[in-house]
Amino acid sequence: MATDTLEHDVHTDEKEAWDGAAQPFKASYGKLMMWYFLLSDAFTFSGFLIAYGAIRFSMPSWPVPDFVFQTFPFLGMGKPLYFVTFMTFVLLFSSFTMVRAVQEGHQENRKGVVFWMLLTVLGGAGFLGCQAWEWNTLINAEHMSVTTNPFGTHVESGVYLNDKGQPSGDTFQVGDSYLIHMNGASHGEDHTGDDHDGHGAHHYDGAGDYADATVDENGYIHRKYKVTSGDDEGAIKSEAFGPKSFGALFFFITGFHGFHVLSGVVFLLIIMLNSMTGLYVERKNGYEMVEKIGLYWHFVDLVWVFVFLVFYLI
Amino acid sequence: MGHLTYQESKALATKVILILAVITFSEVIFALYGKGHLIEGHSLPGWLIGGVMIAMSIVKAYLIVYEFMHMKYEVPGLVKTVILPTLLLVWAVIAFFWEGSDWQNRRDRIKDANEKEISTAKTGMVFDDFTKQNAF
Repeated sequence: MATDTLEHDVHTDEKEAWDGAAQPFKASYGKLMMWYFLLSDAFTFSGFLIAYGAIRFSMPSWPVPDFVFQTFPFLGMGKPLYFVTFMTFVLLFSSFTMVRAVQEGHQENRKGVVFWMLLTVLGGAGFLGCQAWEWNTLINAEHMSVTTNPFGTHVESGVYLNDKGQPSGDTFQVGDSYLIHMNGASHGEDHTGDDHDGHGAHHYDGAGDYADATVDENGYIHRKYKVTSGDDEGAIKSEAFGPKSFGALFFFITGFHGFHVLSGVVFLLIIMLNSMTGLYVERKNGYEMVEKIGLYWHFVDLVWVFVFLVFYLI
Repeated sequence: MGHLTYQESKALATKVILILAVITFSEVIFALYGKGHLIEGHSLPGWLIGGVMIAMSIVKAYLIVYEFMHMKYEVPGLVKTVILPTLLLVWAVIAFFWEGSDWQNRRDRIKDANEKEISTAKTGMVFDDFTKQNAF
């Protein structure tokens, strides 16, 4: 008798569980699935960032972020991290406007939703614009590519040679950064920072070995120096490229994040237009679609917190 | 939205974005100061900069996930299914960074051994397999 009742109970419970009304975790299907999509995406990004960390740990030297990222539009060089901080604030602010859009959605305020989503779209587009400018500077002014990294860090002290092949007054210490310039490059946006004073125009007659530098086939100028510390003291060396993987990791990881921002902007636009036409008014669910794209948008901001941490701050 | 009224949640969002902005700003100031860009001759050890930065970033991540993404107002089951898998990453970070520094050690050892081999060859000594094995 007791067994019968139990079986009966299980049966009815199952029936209720399968009739479509149950909400596990008191969240709608769409919202729940958005959370799990974001969880899997978090693992993808973690994989990339951990790869970056492991490779960085395995290298004797690594490009210094304050040296690599020190250009600012119209202000030129010597502004370490200023521009990326600006970018970070743009994205952070767009996250705030997204929160406001979701709150207006809960109030069923159509105009409010559209207004705050529009600001979010502008923030996302602004961030993408900043990233385009940053990539353009790195690729076209500083000649970094996926396979070539002209940003290096000295692992020994030394003194640069002048055009007669003699040690000049231009010295550097362990840990100082350098950028390998391109032959014939103009100095419009070029580095004139710490280690490049006294080295004016970069004009050599093509590839070859010169008294003060070696110019490779691709036109990169590897300045020569005399080592003044460590085991190789007294030796003459040419500046080597920095860790090769830096360019690939930078462009791939920030590119992957940028692609997330781009798709976010596209979806924000679609949902903003849908809100405008009153599609979600009829659904009467507190603009849940806005809430779901909001989750995604905050996640993009969350990922940027960690990209900012590993690429720019540490 | 939990138990907050519209006005309360609006005020909370403003408060959270201000805290996030302040933390981000301090991170940058701290990074620049720690690396000697703000005051000439003043800098901090790398582990301290790294530690403080990671701690501040985790606080930011908490605020974004718990307040902006409303994780704070979800049921415990949902929170656990998202947060517990994420904790696996803590070990992944430790393990792979450990592995990374081991790659560096091995590179150094191979470099040293190669240099030894060259100098031994120069002095005309025979480089046998036994020494080679010991060198690694």
